[in-house]
Amino acid sequence: MIGGFMGVGTPRRIIEALVASGRRDLTLIANDTAMPGRGIGKLITAHAVRRLVVSHIGLNPETQKQMKDGSLDVELMPQGTLVECIRAGGMGLGGVVTPTGLGTELEDGKRVLEIDGKQFLLEKPIRADFAFIAARQSDYLGNLEYSLTAQNFNPIMAMAADTVIAEPEHIVPVGVIPPDAVRTPAILVDHLIERAR
Amino acid sequence: MTPKERIARRVAQEIQPGTLVNLGIGLPSLVASFVPAEAGVFFQSENGVIGLGARPPEGMEDPDLTDAGGGFVTAVPGAAAIDSAMSFGLIRGGHIDLTVLGGLQVDETGHLANWMIPGKMIPGMGGAMDLATGARRVIVAMQHVVNGVSKVVRKCDLPLTSNRPIDLLVTDMAVFEVAESRLILKEIAPGLSLEDLSSATDARFETAGDLVTMA
Repeated sequence: MIGGFMGVGTPRRIIEALVASGRRDLTLIANDTAMPGRGIGKLITAHAVRRLVVSHIGLNPETQKQMKDGSLDVELMPQGTLVECIRAGGMGLGGVVTPTGLGTELEDGKRVLEIDGKQFLLEKPIRADFAFIAARQSDYLGNLEYSLTAQNFNPIMAMAADTVIAEPEHIVPVGVIPPDAVRTPAILVDHLIERAR
Repeated sequence: MTPKERIARRVAQEIQPGTLVNLGIGLPSLVASFVPAEAGVFFQSENGVIGLGARPPEGMEDPDLTDAGGGFVTAVPGAAAIDSAMSFGLIRGGHIDLTVLGGLQVDETGHLANWMIPGKMIPGMGGAMDLATGARRVIVAMQHVVNGVSKVVRKCDLPLTSNRPIDLLVTDMAVFEVAESRLILKEIAPGLSLEDLSSATDARFETAGDLVTMA
């Protein structure tokens, strides 16, 4: 899974390394595929992805093209459900029980639960082998601080993968980021790669 | 003023002072420019900000501060930056007073379809399903007729966005309230007769006794 929203708060350097590695047939979980030539869009253009779980692909015609010609399987999820399923995956919960999607085609094949007279859809937790996330800065231990709308899915994904690689803009000495400002504690982060200037 | 701007101006009249409002991308995003700053309205953008401000002057863009369409924005004094789980918790949890969404179709029971045209255009739902389901009030802002085809239909044949009906529909021709799964015509555009409107509308609707001209 890769953090970012339309390329904002996305780990650009890691994505470029992934494209350069020539990896194919990846399953990618992300909010969107940005635009061709930008962030996650580069992975799509490189045909590195076989299966995609996202909420929005409207601004990337290349994603739509690959979906239509059958080279890319796309599962669309409501953004709030997607992020909450990832959160559930990281928080050790067995599922997400949400009203979003009830009575729409998203209901197909899913369980509908009735709780206190209200209906909800049961959605399953999402985890990944790797989470690639972006942050404003990290200390040498891996404590992360985020920036404005570049937070988006990053702190949530940091909890929901076996290996977490963070790409901060700066890596600073331990103690520079005060405890109150740490959003993702270092114990969740396995590797750091500073963003290229 | 273009038809879209007229729709946006009318929607802006629905925004109460001191509320938290989410505007969808496209036409709904035009609404903000018709809301006076002194109204104390906070705009939420689902990518993670409460207190969205105007576009920054050229050269003052912050690459980490954008709206849900990816365009550069500013944050007003008192703004808050949040992650996507918090953002959608606010949406799903009923903390957003009003959302304004674009539409592909609205039907006569007040149901909205706005996220895909099978086989043709599949942008994905993004945040629309959560907004249509969880916001306290849902207004759809759209053009009434596109390429000669009415978007106000008897029954949506495009995939629904939510099973919850919207509350208000504002088009360039009319304003409809949704009450008990029926469309009630409340306002009609200047210079348009009821017959003109009926022939441009596939959906059946009732006309309010206090029908007025759209301002």
